[in-house]
Amino acid sequence: MKKSVLLGALTIAGLSAGAAAASTLEDVKARGTLNCGVVTGLVGFGAPDANGEWVGFDVSVCRAVAAAVLGDANAVEFVPTTGKTRFTALASGEIDMLARNTTWTFSRDVDLKFTFVGVNYYDGQGFLVPKALGVSSAKELDGATVCIQTGTTTELNLADFFRSNNISYEPVPVETNAEGQQQYLAGACDVYTTDASGLAATRAAFENPSDHVLLPEIISKEPLGPLVRHGDDEWSDVVRWTLNALITAEELGVTSANVASLAAEPNPETPEINRLLGTEGNLGEMLGLDADWAQRAIASQGNYGEIFAKNIGEETPIGLARGLNAQWTNGGLIYSPPFR
Amino acid sequence: MTVMTDPPRGSFRLSMLINDTRYRSMTFQAIALLMLIIAIAYLANNLLTNLAAQGLNIAYDFLGDPAGYDINQRLVEYNSQSSHARASLVGILNTLLVAFLACITATFFGVIAGVLRLSNNWLVARLMSFYVEIFRNIPVLIWIIIIFTIMTAVMPAPRAFRGDEPDATMLLGAFAFTNRGVYIPAPIWGPGSIVVVLTFLASVVGVIAYRRYATNLLYATGKLLPTGWPSLAIFFLPTILMFFIMGRPISLDYPELGGFNFRGGIQIGAPLIALWFALSIYTGAFIAENVRAGIQAVSKGQTEAASALGLRPNRVMNLVVLPQALRVIIPPLISQYLNITKNSSLAIAVGYADITATLGGITLNQTGRAIECVLLLMLFYLTISLSISAVMNVYNKSVALKER
Repeated sequence: MKKSVLLGALTIAGLSAGAAAASTLEDVKARGTLNCGVVTGLVGFGAPDANGEWVGFDVSVCRAVAAAVLGDANAVEFVPTTGKTRFTALASGEIDMLARNTTWTFSRDVDLKFTFVGVNYYDGQGFLVPKALGVSSAKELDGATVCIQTGTTTELNLADFFRSNNISYEPVPVETNAEGQQQYLAGACDVYTTDASGLAATRAAFENPSDHVLLPEIISKEPLGPLVRHGDDEWSDVVRWTLNALITAEELGVTSANVASLAAEPNPETPEINRLLGTEGNLGEMLGLDADWAQRAIASQGNYGEIFAKNIGEETPIGLARGLNAQWTNGGLIYSPPFR
Repeated sequence: MTVMTDPPRGSFRLSMLINDTRYRSMTFQAIALLMLIIAIAYLANNLLTNLAAQGLNIAYDFLGDPAGYDINQRLVEYNSQSSHARASLVGILNTLLVAFLACITATFFGVIAGVLRLSNNWLVARLMSFYVEIFRNIPVLIWIIIIFTIMTAVMPAPRAFRGDEPDATMLLGAFAFTNRGVYIPAPIWGPGSIVVVLTFLASVVGVIAYRRYATNLLYATGKLLPTGWPSLAIFFLPTILMFFIMGRPISLDYPELGGFNFRGGIQIGAPLIALWFALSIYTGAFIAENVRAGIQAVSKGQTEAASALGLRPNRVMNLVVLPQALRVIIPPLISQYLNITKNSSLAIAVGYADITATLGGITLNQTGRAIECVLLLMLFYLTISLSISAVMNVYNKSVALKER
């Protein structure tokens, strides 16, 4: 058994070399589908809907890339990954990109050899507690039992937070968000901690969301974004600039509703929109795609703001405000380099 | 006239490697070995090349770095600033703990169920075969999760113990059964307690010595001494006397509700209990079948002869059948013990921090050193399995049929 695991690992390592040799972009085009790693199920960020279709904030990034590269937002093979399996899946070539609220950290970027192509959500780690507990600050959690998803940065942040505040806790490691939710609701832990956005999404799925509160402390920086393997810069450019296209589209007021008309009748006074939509210049060609790549991505998923509002915005049960994730023009951190 | 000559002594020719049956099998084995070596070398080389191409290498330096994460169940001192190696040690001890506990209870369940399955009582025999079939045929991971889920859902949370009219109360004011685990009083060793402990150990030795003396006396003279109540007396009385003579040096630290959880006492975590219990009853079902097979392998003539001598049924089982059955039972029992140890790697399903969860889970994940961690894990499980196997083989030799 253990031996077969090793042989399997060796085989995968061998296969990944094969995959790394050819360019990912060509592989994806030849295959006709994009293999995208997502969460195992976190409402709002990535979960199958009632019809079994994957929807969510991170899922939209996958679909936008598929639309840009393959011309079909549904040509995506979604691979659910846990906190533990995600990096192996990406490193082995099982998936082409990972869009799974993954925190951009130094060691993941440098040591694990991944390329984070940008940030699609600025998050921080928070705490969810039952209202009945009567706790108003994370510093009052001395001796509490804390449910935590194993294999995440939150695990390390948690240890740091409690140590630096000189209070004790007992960790209950869980594998998936669903498991954490079940343990928390059964009272096997007093506190559930993960990224604040994830907590809001989890709470939205509770029977009585109002019985639970998010504590005010945000104990870490968690820039979440899609990532690809090191060493294939053409492919990382494609994913990076698809994300940037969605962000720029919001900045320039291009929406899924008006993108078709803006592309059909290019306005010579808005050259940046024209370059984005491929009616001017040859940005698509530089990427190894056709001129309409960004048009298709925006038309299928909407711009960054639309994706945010549709999946996790204030109108949804998850109800997240834009906050740090507003455009830089509105005082947020969402900022794309220019299309030029 | 014929001249006798020796048969021609053919010198060794290369074709004999194929054509001569004396060499043929060795030739093929050599070829197979060579191919195996080439295949392994190819895979290893491929791995190293690809790791080098990605700028990675195999190094174990990370074991000295601070782990950065906490572990809820630990038998040795550990905090988040300890090294990854220390975290692995915590995991190893946790694996050994649950494997040890589960081996004992699985044997207990297995022997009882195996003997009862052969009972003449229809209901008991059917109940035991029901147990064996149900538990043997559902994967152990499912059992672990079922038991853990039932524990967390059915048992009260610590906050249920709070208030003037609590929903749950502690058993005898000393034992708390919560969905986070069971809290029991912990002994506090005061000065002089060592004398009490030594007295206790001495009385254990005394019980064994007395029983041996009674057996020898029985064999030598046929005089039957009572063993039941004298054993009990030797076991308890000196210790209790010494306890009071020394001025009650051992007291108990009772668990008390404080803050979010119970504090004080000893906590036996819910994950440990669920894993321990699931492994025990699952493997117990397999051991029951081994025990049944062993008993049935003992010739019926032995039972009948023992009965003819006037032995009562339980004596027949204990003195005649089981000692002979052990020879058949122990070899498959070894592999069940190995199974328990290996199956304990499912611990992460309920958040129990065994070696797979610490070294093969969190450490692997936080450092990204997958190959190093998996190699270490393999080494660990191999060492443990071979050790268990070696110890059990020694025991097997001691009960095996002595051929003289």
